[in-house]
Amino acid sequence: MIKLDIPISEEKIRSLKAGDTVLLSGIVVTARDAGHKLMVEERPEFLNDLLKGGVIYHCGPVVRKDGDRWTFVAAGPTTSIREEPYQAKVIESYGVRGVIGKGGMGAKTLEACRKFGACYLHAVGGCGTAIAQSVKEVTAVHKLEEFGTPEAFWVIRVEDFPVIVTMDTHGTSIHDKVEEESKRVAAELMK
Amino acid sequence: MDEKRIEQIYRLIRSASTDLPEDVENALRSAKEKEPPGGTSANTFEAILENVRMAREKGTPICQDTGSLIFYVDHPAGASMTAFRREIEAAAARATKDVLLRPNAVDPVTGKNSGNNVGVNAPYITFTEWEKPEIRVRLMLKGGGSENVGTQYKLPDGAIGAGRDLEGIRRAAIDAIVKAQGKGCAPGVVGIGIGGDRSTSYLLSKKLFFRPIGSSNEDPALDALEKRLHGELNRLGIGPMGFGGGTTVLDVFIGAQHRHPATFFVAVSYMCWACRRKSMTIRNGEADYD
Repeated sequence: MIKLDIPISEEKIRSLKAGDTVLLSGIVVTARDAGHKLMVEERPEFLNDLLKGGVIYHCGPVVRKDGDRWTFVAAGPTTSIREEPYQAKVIESYGVRGVIGKGGMGAKTLEACRKFGACYLHAVGGCGTAIAQSVKEVTAVHKLEEFGTPEAFWVIRVEDFPVIVTMDTHGTSIHDKVEEESKRVAAELMK
Repeated sequence: MDEKRIEQIYRLIRSASTDLPEDVENALRSAKEKEPPGGTSANTFEAILENVRMAREKGTPICQDTGSLIFYVDHPAGASMTAFRREIEAAAARATKDVLLRPNAVDPVTGKNSGNNVGVNAPYITFTEWEKPEIRVRLMLKGGGSENVGTQYKLPDGAIGAGRDLEGIRRAAIDAIVKAQGKGCAPGVVGIGIGGDRSTSYLLSKKLFFRPIGSSNEDPALDALEKRLHGELNRLGIGPMGFGGGTTVLDVFIGAQHRHPATFFVAVSYMCWACRRKSMTIRNGEADYD
């Protein structure tokens, strides 16, 4: 098990290989559909410091508010492929080192990972309650009114957040390999 | 509004969100046992089972995507559907406030989240009148990820060599699951609705998720196809979350209904491993939960 602190250096991220299991600690920003569209179309500056060497989490959490304090109640990953039209640009323009999600992403993101030094980090989908235990603190939230709780940018501090590297900086995607093999079997079954 | 009824529906929602049905949990456990110990797929099943245990213990949602609320209400003649809808809406709003549900109802025109899971045709409710004196309420919480990988075929389909027969249905199912990969949170439960029109084929495909895992189809031809597909889809090697492995689907259910001579729809619905469904029966005002 590899332990990584955020912000992550380019050298560190390039040393990871598809299949590695990693425990992440530090500041992570959630962003999903409305967030990615905004990041590409308007490039809001408040994300600059948060995302330089930082990590984006495709997640729409269940949150609780007690007084002024927010807590994550359930917080597993959402399907990442919806962000494929935006992700490469986001990695490049903000200097993002890690994208956490589920289901994997496509060729454009894989190429951006190789070129700019980033990894796709897979969390186990559906594990909302368990993953929320790694979220120690909600430090801020942006665009909550406009986007609603699932789509807001939640700035969170995580400790030992468990992920698996499924797309690395060397052009390897576990998702492509599994898909290729499943297509081969399907062709056999449909002969 | 009937406060007692709202409380009963609220309990049904809470139980569906925080506690996985026993048959689903058992299927996940036996899937784990088939994987090489210590490997990525076994560890993934381990994480899933640990999460299910933790959610039950803490009374928090199994998955942060608490899904769309899909209700099927079977009622005797004379019941007021309008009152029932209002009670379901009140229970959904209360469950959202108590963070048992994430607000998941978004106006597609303005982009505004209603904040309480209530909106136009949300929750989705299908009312059916039946001859029994009791009311049966079945609830499914269906995540957006699994909903997005559902698909519909119109046979014949030249691209996958599928004609208007059981073999065509088999090909459509294989194609749909290859396309879904791990995106809908594999291993999923697959519901295949054949016949009907575009909308009823999908409706049928989803209702099948109430069948217990491992149950047999009453139609021997469909039963044989279900069992064959269950084996074949697992040979695809997609595995939990698409990491690779021996269990790609937990079960396959097929339902048939008559079709128009010109149409042959095959709707393939996908339910994530967090197959959250619960039901209750109300007799003389008292609810029995399954």
